[in-house]
Amino acid sequence: MTELAAERLHRAAAWRQSLSVGIATGAYGVSFGALAVAAGLTTAQAMALSLLMFTGGSQFAFVGVVGAGGSAAAATATAALLGARNGLYGLQMSALLRPRWAVRPLAAHLTIDESTAVGSAQPTEGSRRVGFWATGVAVFVLWNASTALGAVLGDALGDPRRWGLDAAAAAAFLALLWPRLRAGEARAVAVAAALVAVVTTPALPPGAPVLLAPLVALAVVALRRARR
Amino acid sequence: MTGWGAVLAACAACFALKLAGYLVPPRLLEGATAQRLAGLVTVSLLAALVGVQTFGAGGGLVLDARLAALAVAAAALLLRAPFVVVVILAALVAAGLRAVGVG
Repeated sequence: MTELAAERLHRAAAWRQSLSVGIATGAYGVSFGALAVAAGLTTAQAMALSLLMFTGGSQFAFVGVVGAGGSAAAATATAALLGARNGLYGLQMSALLRPRWAVRPLAAHLTIDESTAVGSAQPTEGSRRVGFWATGVAVFVLWNASTALGAVLGDALGDPRRWGLDAAAAAAFLALLWPRLRAGEARAVAVAAALVAVVTTPALPPGAPVLLAPLVALAVVALRRARR
Repeated sequence: MTGWGAVLAACAACFALKLAGYLVPPRLLEGATAQRLAGLVTVSLLAALVGVQTFGAGGGLVLDARLAALAVAAAALLLRAPFVVVVILAALVAAGLRAVGVG
C-alpha cells in the first residue's frame, strides 16, 4: 500500500470516530439543559453555558453548585478548577497539531475531553488534525442543539425532584468520574474527597465543601508518598 | 435566580484556561507530576460533587431516593452502559420511588 492510501485510510477512520463520539456526547446535552433549568437558570443562560463555556464537567458543576444554593463565586471557582485540565489538553494538542496563531483561540474553545482523546489517539499528523477538529465541531454543534432541547423540556417539566432530576445530576457526575477511576490512587482520592465533602456539608456554606476537594487530593498524594 | 455576571465570568475563566494551554511555552507545566496532579484534582472535584448531590439537602444531609438511584447508576456503569442510559436510569429510579411515596 502506498503512503498516500494509508494516510487516506487513517483520515477516514478519524472522521468515523469523530462523528460517533459527537453523536454520543451531543445526546447528553439534553440532560445538561434540563438540569440547568431545574437548578434555576434561564433557558438562555443554559444555552450560553454550552455555547461559551463548552466543557461538560464544568457546566454540570456550575449548575450543581447553583442548584444547591451555593454562591456565584463558589460556582465559578468550581467550574474553573474542573476546567483546569483543559489547559493541559491545550498544551498537548498545541504540540501535536502546531496550529497557526490565528486559529489558536478557536482550537482552544474546542479543546475538551473528547476532541483531545480522539485527536491524540490518531497515528499521523493529518489524521490527528481531522480527529481533533471534526470531534470538536461535531460535539459543539450537537451539544448546543441538545442543550436547547433539554432546557425547553426541563422548563415544561415543573418540579425537578418529582422527575428524579436531582438524582440524575448525581448520576451524571458519577458517569463523568467513572472512567477516571482505573488507578488505585484515583480511587483513594475519590473516596476521600467525597467523604470530606459530605461530612463538611452541614457545617459550611453551600458550594464550599466541593472546593475542599483539590486540597483532599493533595493530602492523599502526600500521605501515599510519605508511606512509601 | 443566577446572575448573568456569574455565568459569563465562569465562561471567561474556563476559556482562559483552555487558551493558556496554547499560549504558554510547552516547557511550563510539562512533566508527569503536573499531569497526574491535574488528573487527580478533576477526580476529587467530581467525587465531591457526587457526594454533595446525593446526600445534600438545604445545607443538611438526607438519605433518600437519590442513594438508590446512584446505586443503580453505578451498576449500570459496571455493565458499561452509555452516559445517557445511566442518567435516565437514575432519574427513573428516583422518580419511581417518590411516586410510591419513598424518599
